[in-house]
Amino acid sequence: MSKWCFISTRKSLIEKRNITGAKCHYLCQQISATMSIQTQIDQFEQKIGSDITIEPKDWMPDDYRKTLIRQISQHAHSEIVGMLPEGNWITRAPSLRRKAVLLAKVQDEAGHGLYLYSAAETLGVSRDQLYDQLHSGVAKYSSIFNYPTLTWADIGAIGWLVDGAAIMNQVPLCRTSYGPYARAMVRVCKEESFHQRQGYEIMLTLSKGSDIQRKMAQDALNRWWWPSLMMFGPPDAESPNTEKSVRWKIKRFTNDELRQKFVDVTVEQAKILGLTVPDKDLQWNEETGHYEFGTPNWAEFKNVVAGNGPCNKQRLETRKQAWEKGQWVRDAAMAHAEKRKNRKKAA
Amino acid sequence: MSNKNEWPLWEVFIRSKAGLDHKHVGSLHAADAEMAIENARDVYTRRMEGVSIWVVESKNIIASDPKQSDSLYEPAADKVYRHPTFYNLPDEVKYM
Ligand SMILES: [Fe+2]
Ligand SMILES: [Fe+2]
Repeated sequence: MSKWCFISTRKSLIEKRNITGAKCHYLCQQISATMSIQTQIDQFEQKIGSDITIEPKDWMPDDYRKTLIRQISQHAHSEIVGMLPEGNWITRAPSLRRKAVLLAKVQDEAGHGLYLYSAAETLGVSRDQLYDQLHSGVAKYSSIFNYPTLTWADIGAIGWLVDGAAIMNQVPLCRTSYGPYARAMVRVCKEESFHQRQGYEIMLTLSKGSDIQRKMAQDALNRWWWPSLMMFGPPDAESPNTEKSVRWKIKRFTNDELRQKFVDVTVEQAKILGLTVPDKDLQWNEETGHYEFGTPNWAEFKNVVAGNGPCNKQRLETRKQAWEKGQWVRDAAMAHAEKRKNRKKAA
Repeated sequence: MSNKNEWPLWEVFIRSKAGLDHKHVGSLHAADAEMAIENARDVYTRRMEGVSIWVVESKNIIASDPKQSDSLYEPAADKVYRHPTFYNLPDEVKYM
């Protein structure tokens, strides 16, 4: 961008500080303001190209902003709704140790939701708007949380598979092009690894236990495997936003790339548990160095995203109730803060 | 786009251990400063990440405009003589 004063048309080191920006001649400001939007787009693309992070006050295309708000808020909603299936087992955890661990994990997920909401807010959307989009069903959250947690083994399977898939998705996001999102993800990723380990540990204990426990672990794997693969989103060919998001470095890998990575590492982990991955097409390919695997039931995926999964209504209803029943608490806290402020003023 | 029903937004700064600066870690909503500190404790220091917390209501932060970065920072760009490497001294000179 030019650092010239358009009136004096000279570039002076000493004067530069004074003649540009707000203190410059009125006409100069007008000229600067009309500097084409194309320049801004070019500068933006250039920054993305050279891996310079975009920060809240930087200029960005509307579409980039919208895409980010959608992705970050969806992510935040998923963390918050994701507390529900696991919260279901806090009171029934089989030991005090397991209960303390599950509580800590669910509390972390609340934290993740909060980091992400505040990252989304830096883009000019308010927290209430975001909640409203969730509660009115306009915004989506990860469809995996619309499945029920039927047995204790499901808590193991969720930690191992669902958090495992989340980590796969999230690690590359630590380098996403938008600063506040990337920084939130660094924090999230640091905390996720215990989530996966505690889940795997539950699976390990069950798989070494009695026949019934082993069956329970296998049954949980059977039910959570395919929904976990769906967590990476539709196949690349059917994911219209992927190309743009990759170009803007919001996403660093495509859905299919991440899904493959997940299958490759998770199948090996299943072997150690002595459990069977419920996919008859699963096969190691010596040449590619990857597992080949079956196609998830995308019709089911679409159906769950559309709101018809086993628990969609229940999850949304629980969230809405929590919000509505909390209204008096929020009001009371504001009233109390107001009162205290006035009292301080008076004193 | 703020909503008047919403609790105000606060920026949170944490000193991770004695001797280090407070560093911005993110933001949160709270009805007042006291609650902001308590929430910051729960949201940002669940793993002993801090020994001290600052909260500032976001509306009170004055930030520079990235559009003026050129005029703000460029005057420093051509003053290499402010750096020690600018000066050539004989190798025999020690501890300088
Ligand atoms: Fe999380
Ligand atoms: Fe997690």
